[in-house]
Amino acid sequence: MSAYPGQEGLRDPLKVAHGLGASRSGVRPWWLQRVTAVALVPLSIWFLFLMGGVLHADYPTVLETIAQPVHAIFLIVFVVCLFWHGALGLQVILEDYVHTRWLETALQIALRFGALLGALAGVMAVLAVWLTGASYY
Amino acid sequence: MPNSRPMSPHLGIYRWRVNMLQSTLHRLTGLFLCLGALLVVWGLIAAATSDAAWSTFAAFCGSWIGLVLLFLWTWSLLFHLCNGIQHLVRDAGRNYGPATRDRTHDPVYWSTGWAITAISVVLTVLVWVLLLVHVGGGAA
Repeated sequence: MSAYPGQEGLRDPLKVAHGLGASRSGVRPWWLQRVTAVALVPLSIWFLFLMGGVLHADYPTVLETIAQPVHAIFLIVFVVCLFWHGALGLQVILEDYVHTRWLETALQIALRFGALLGALAGVMAVLAVWLTGASYY
Repeated sequence: MPNSRPMSPHLGIYRWRVNMLQSTLHRLTGLFLCLGALLVVWGLIAAATSDAAWSTFAAFCGSWIGLVLLFLWTWSLLFHLCNGIQHLVRDAGRNYGPATRDRTHDPVYWSTGWAITAISVVLTVLVWVLLLVHVGGGAA
């Protein structure tokens, strides 16, 4: 008793599709990738200049630079957007090229943990320098 | 489970166009920049840890392999940035669509890819010239 191929019983396939696929919430990762991209345009240009100034500096200068509130806040936003945007990109790459289901699932989970860990580590490091590190010098 | 779904006509049948270069480079640079994100976190953690940890990080960045990687990361970032801006523009519907995809009628659509690639290289060189001048001026 099925009206459509793949239908089981009387449940409409549309009901199954809602909430599982690209029905309203499906564009969220795509949209977030664009939003983080827009944020990263000015942030990465700013970051290039920051890196240029810091790479040859001595340690106290590095701490002072990171501990400037504007730098610290932008660094935190930059790190979060960077890992978020990167994770969304890597997610699509995994979806495209890893065709073994269990391996793809494992890598997708590892990717989420890794991105969260990376972003968290970066944010915590900036906070540590901002709130404590710079005061030692 | 082997993938038995039918394949679309494969790459060989398409005429080569610059957007293939852009697409491939966008992915490769994106992948490479993810490694760069790890370097960023390494640097931040090193700064938060100690003088010695920062010195190790700075020494890696100043080594030959470090400098080559930093140069490639700079170009990757700038290409991904320029091409990403074109991506955003086309996502917004500008300079995109069936009517504008004919090379003879819309050379702009097909030339932006080369322009982006060239601009990213020029900007990379510019950044490193500025950096070397800055460092040279600082050391003098």
